[in-house]
Amino acid sequence: MAGAAPTRLSSIYGWLLESKNGLGLLFMLPAAAFLLCFLTYPLGLGVWLGFTDTKIGRSGIFIGLENYEWLFDDPIFWLSVYNTLLYTTVASVLKFGLGLWLALILNQHLPFKNFFRAIILLPWVVPTVLSALAFWWIYDSQFSIISYVLMNLGLISEPINFLGDPNNARASVIAANVWRGIPFVAISLLAGLQTIPQSLNEAAALDGATPWQRFTKITLPLLSPIIAVVMTFSVLFTFTDFQLIYVLTRGGPVNATHLMATLSFQRAIPGGQLGEGAAIAVAMIPFLLAAILFSFFGLQRRKWQQGASD
Amino acid sequence: MSRQTISDPIAVNDDVQGLDQFSTLTRRLMVVYLPLAVFVFVLLFPFYWMAITAIKPDHQLSNYREYSPFWVVQPTLDHIKYLLFETSYPGWLWNTMLVSVASTFISLLASVFAAYAIERVRFTGARVTGLLIFLAYLVPPSILFIPLAFIVFQVGIFDSRLALILTYPTFLIPFCTWLLMGYFRTIPFELEESALVDGATRWQILTKVILPLAVPGLISAGIFAFTLSWNEFIYALTFISSSENKTVPVGVLTELVRGDIYEWGALMSGALLGSLPVVILYSFFVDYYVSSMTGAVKE
Repeated sequence: MAGAAPTRLSSIYGWLLESKNGLGLLFMLPAAAFLLCFLTYPLGLGVWLGFTDTKIGRSGIFIGLENYEWLFDDPIFWLSVYNTLLYTTVASVLKFGLGLWLALILNQHLPFKNFFRAIILLPWVVPTVLSALAFWWIYDSQFSIISYVLMNLGLISEPINFLGDPNNARASVIAANVWRGIPFVAISLLAGLQTIPQSLNEAAALDGATPWQRFTKITLPLLSPIIAVVMTFSVLFTFTDFQLIYVLTRGGPVNATHLMATLSFQRAIPGGQLGEGAAIAVAMIPFLLAAILFSFFGLQRRKWQQGASD
Repeated sequence: MSRQTISDPIAVNDDVQGLDQFSTLTRRLMVVYLPLAVFVFVLLFPFYWMAITAIKPDHQLSNYREYSPFWVVQPTLDHIKYLLFETSYPGWLWNTMLVSVASTFISLLASVFAAYAIERVRFTGARVTGLLIFLAYLVPPSILFIPLAFIVFQVGIFDSRLALILTYPTFLIPFCTWLLMGYFRTIPFELEESALVDGATRWQILTKVILPLAVPGLISAGIFAFTLSWNEFIYALTFISSSENKTVPVGVLTELVRGDIYEWGALMSGALLGSLPVVILYSFFVDYYVSSMTGAVKE
C-alpha cells in the first residue's frame, strides 16, 4: 500500500512527459488556464448576469427574461441596434472599397513602395483613443480645420457642427472608423494581390480583356478567400467598436451614435445596472455569430462554385 | 486549367514589367499617383494636426485670423512640460509600459507552449483546440468587460495593474498562438525528428531547435501583443479607478479633459507622446509587423 501512491504518481508523471496526450495537456495548461478563467468563464457569467438584476456593489437575483423584456420596449436600445447596424454596414463597405482601391494602387510598380506600405499602416498602429482624440479636435465645433478650409474655399458660410447634430455625428464617427480601418484592409488585400500571378493578367490582356474585365474576372475571384477573412475581421471589430464612439460622442447627441457596446457600458458602469448592461452585451452575440457564419459559409460556397476539391 | 497556372512557380516569377507598357505617363499620374497622394494625405493628416497642435502656443490655437492654422510661428514645449511635470502623465506611461510588457511576456510564454502542442505534439483533439483558440480571438472585449469587472472585483484586484496584466492575455494568447502556429508550421519536421533520434527530449527540442528558428515569429507576436496591450481601452477604463493606476489612453481621456475647457495643446501632446512608443517599436520592426499581419490573415 505504501509504495502504491508514489508509483502511481510517477506513472502519471511519466504519462505526462512521455505520451503525446500528456505532453499536449501539459503544454496547453498555461494558455488553457488563462482562457478558461478570463474568457470562457466570464462569457458564461455574462450570459448569467443578463438574467439577473445585479447592480454595482450588490449581487442580484435571477429574474429570468425581465432584462430582455425591458430592453425590447426600450427605444434607446433599438436605436443603438439601428446605429450599430448602420455604423457597421456603411463603415465596412467604405473600408472594403477604399482599402481595395489602395491595395490595387500599392500593387502597381511604385518607387518607395515599402516606404508607402509602412507609413500607410500608421493609423492602424497608433492607439485608437489617441488618434480619436486628434479627430475630436479636427471635429471641434468652432475651430475645426475642415470647417476652416471649406469656409476659406467659400463652400460653407459657418462652421459645420460635426458632433452636435445627429446625422453629422453619425457620419463623423463613421469617417473616423473608416480612416482607422483602411490600412488593415489595404495591407491584407495587398498580400492577397501579390499572390496572383502577373501572367494571368497579361494573358487576359493579350486576349483583349479590358482592365475592368480583368479586375472582375481574374483579380476578384482569386482574391475572394482573403476578402472573406479580412471582412469577417473588419465587420466583427466594427460591430463591437467602443473606443472611437466613447472618445468622440459618448453616444450623443441624444443617443444618436450609441452603439450596442457603448450603451452596454453606459448602463452597466456609470449607470450601475450590471445585469442590464450584460443583457445588451449578450444581445450582440447573435449578430456576431451571424457575421462569422455568413463569411465562412459564403467562402465555402464560393469554393464549391469554383469546383475546388480542397 | 487556371489552377495549374497558379501553382506553376515559373509563372509567379514572370517578367516584372508586366502591363506597364500599356499605360502612358499622364494616365499613370491620374490613376496611380494622384489617388495615392490623396490617400497618404488623408491617412497622415490627423498625425500632422496632432503634432502641430502639441507645439503650438495657446494664443495661436484658436486664432485663425492672425495665424495660419497649418503651421506654427513660435513653437513651444510648454504643453509637453506641463504634461510631464504637472500631471500624472509620466505615471500613466509607466503603467502602460509595465502592463504591456508583463501581459506580452505572459502571453508569449503561454502561446509558445500552446502553439507547439497544437502544431507539433499533435495530441488527440489538437485540431479542435486550434479552432477553439481561433474562435477565442473573435470574442470581443466589449462583451466580456462586464462579467470580467465582476470577477476582478470579487477576486479583489479591482483598481490594480494586476487586473489588466491578467485580463489582457485573453485577447493576446489567442492571437499569438494563432500566429505562432503558422510560424511553427514553416519549420521542417525533419529537424525535430533527427533531434528525437539523437535522444533529445521534447523540452530540449523546443528550446534548442524550434525556438531559435522561430525568433522572427516570436518578434512579430511580441510586437503585436505589445501594440494591442498599449491600445487597449475598455478594460483599463472599467477596472481602474484611481489616477495613479491609469494607462495612457484612459488617463488622457478622463483626467485631461476637464469640463468645457479643452486644453487642446496638452491633449494633443498627450496623444502624441502616448503614440511614440508603439510607433518607434513599429518603425524598427515594420517588416515583421506587416508580414505577420498579412500572414495571419492568409493562414
